[in-house]
Amino acid sequence: MKKHTLAVTVENRPGVLTRVTTMFRRRGYNIESLAVGATENPAISRITIEVAGDDRIIEQVTKQLYKLVEVIKINDLTDARSVDRELVLIKVKADNSVRAEIVQIVDIFRARIVDIGRDSLIIEVTGDSRKIEAIEDSLRAFGIIEMVRTGKIAMIRGGK
Amino acid sequence: MKLKGAEILLQCLQKEGVDTVFGYPGGAVLPIYDALYKSEIRHILSRHEQGAAHAADGYARATGRVGVCIATSGPGATNLVTGIATAYMDSIPLVCFTGQVGTPLIGRDAFQEADITGITLPITKHNYLVEKTEDLARIVKEAFYIARTNRPGPVVVDLPKDVMEKEIDFEYPEEAINIRGYRVVKGYNSNQVITAVDYIQKARRPVIYAGGGVISSNAAEELRELAEKRKIPVTTTLMGMGGFPGNSYLSLGMLGMHGTRYANYAIGECDLLIAIGVRFDDRVTGKIDTFAPHARVIHIDIDAAEIGKNVEVEVPIVGQVKEVLAAINQRLEAIELEELSEWHETIDRWKEEYPLRYGDSSEGRIMPQHVIEEVYSLTQGEAIICTEVGQNQMWAAQYYQYKHPRSFLSSGGLGTMGYGFPAAIGAKIACPELPVIDIAGDGSIQMNIQELGTAVQYRLPIIICILNNHFLGMVRQWQGLFYGGRYSFTDMSHQPDFVKIAEAYGAVGRRIKEASQVREALEEALKVKDRPVVLDFWVEREADVYPMVPPGGSLMNMLGGD
Repeated sequence: MKKHTLAVTVENRPGVLTRVTTMFRRRGYNIESLAVGATENPAISRITIEVAGDDRIIEQVTKQLYKLVEVIKINDLTDARSVDRELVLIKVKADNSVRAEIVQIVDIFRARIVDIGRDSLIIEVTGDSRKIEAIEDSLRAFGIIEMVRTGKIAMIRGGK
Repeated sequence: MKLKGAEILLQCLQKEGVDTVFGYPGGAVLPIYDALYKSEIRHILSRHEQGAAHAADGYARATGRVGVCIATSGPGATNLVTGIATAYMDSIPLVCFTGQVGTPLIGRDAFQEADITGITLPITKHNYLVEKTEDLARIVKEAFYIARTNRPGPVVVDLPKDVMEKEIDFEYPEEAINIRGYRVVKGYNSNQVITAVDYIQKARRPVIYAGGGVISSNAAEELRELAEKRKIPVTTTLMGMGGFPGNSYLSLGMLGMHGTRYANYAIGECDLLIAIGVRFDDRVTGKIDTFAPHARVIHIDIDAAEIGKNVEVEVPIVGQVKEVLAAINQRLEAIELEELSEWHETIDRWKEEYPLRYGDSSEGRIMPQHVIEEVYSLTQGEAIICTEVGQNQMWAAQYYQYKHPRSFLSSGGLGTMGYGFPAAIGAKIACPELPVIDIAGDGSIQMNIQELGTAVQYRLPIIICILNNHFLGMVRQWQGLFYGGRYSFTDMSHQPDFVKIAEAYGAVGRRIKEASQVREALEEALKVKDRPVVLDFWVEREADVYPMVPPGGSLMNMLGGD
């Protein structure tokens, strides 16, 4: 099933995120990723939700979200010309024998090493899902100890 | 003017035109009850908070106005939950005020603290926790607005005790409501109306499938006009009962699981289905891909999320049912319409062949359907009929012809046993001039029988007809049909003496065991003007509700009634 990215503009009030996630749980839709944060207007927050589903499911999700009183606007950023990014931290096993190789991979993906331990490195990567998946694949052979993702955020290109 | 939060609350209620509230006092709502003591607002004291919620719901269904109830924090608030969920499933406008512990105590597991906004999140249209007395008036105004506009529904307003006690300088906020994320639906897509009229003109076998939206939109008149103009047969859902006169030659009665054969056959054969204020519930459609298989579908509803939720439709129209129907009617005015005589002949043949009918008692008892027929014969549709849930509810839907909107009050979506009697209390308070009759079962009536105290206290002449089969009849019926006749815990033979219970509360009680006495007992009950009457009809123990579409089956394959 195709993944959709919905940018949901909501009132910045306590409990709004619960209302949104409760709707997903209650109607049986699955959230693939979720990112919440302030916008340029302090009274408004933006929830970026990635959800898998066919067009009919996404239409239902959108309509049900609109029924929430504190939801102001929903943009489906999937087909729109949009920029999306996610930030990931990956802790990977790295003894002296493989460090050089890992550094090379980090360079290729324009990622950064943000911490060096005795037998491990923490790598910070920013990018779209494909880039994140690609670096994850490349690093897997060395042994990923821990990985954390922020959830995707997205924005429409141009003046809109 | 300096006012306490509780006084502001009551002033806001009066601004909303509230004259009656249903409630039950407690520690956290003491400030509100202190303000009520000297208020003009009428407070009806229930005997359980669930009773207050259902009574407010019955009041709302009978009048179309917003029903209001009050409960204290903790258990008071949680006791409202079934009532709120009932109203939510049937889109009934309610505003429920719950007490809450003082704001400094919230989150500390204080005495009688419950997170009622959290608990009611999925069963309210919206809810609020009022954190500052300064926000109270705006929130109450918004709560009523949200409850009654668009698709109506319940709103909970949680009121911490200190917010009610605090005194502030108060002036009522006269400015218009502005909620960024909530807009009232105005107008409709007129191109879709043109397409709909075109489909209606071309259809040879149209059927109207009308639901609760017709009633909440006050569109019964427009529906009748549409049906009569094009001579389209109309079937209603349980929630739509009374939205179209049941005694009209165009009425097909109810459709679905316990609908009439002719309504379900009409759905199966129609080439155009005009779905008005409905949500294609599973009890209506049966197996969804065999529902109206030959039909194009026009779906009119105020809630865009209902369109396309369960079935794909050709012509979706989002708007107020009343407005959209008026637009369709106006457009039809100018159009030449051919007779649909072939379709009407087919339907008349089905009606003749498969009328609603029931057999004689095998044990010389009263047939439950007969009681409903007598209630109809004596009231002729000029009464408010409430029901509990189960067999009593289905027989009340089948054997009574509802002529007016808001004359049939029943928990359709949630199917709440114990709904009917407290709802009847709300209805009787709203409409004292009409007979109000609760059709009950011996199981359901015991779920809120304590409200006899309320009905006696306020001298409400409600008639409770218990169709007493000493069984949880509908569950027993399913056990008989689908679980090899193993009547697991559905035998209710161990029951109280309902006559004595009625008398103990100060109501009239009477037991009727002979079919010949049914009419006379009802006639006598209708003469009582100052207290409730409990009629304990001992009916055929194992009468089943027919016809019936087995769960998950197609509407064309019905059991019984052939």
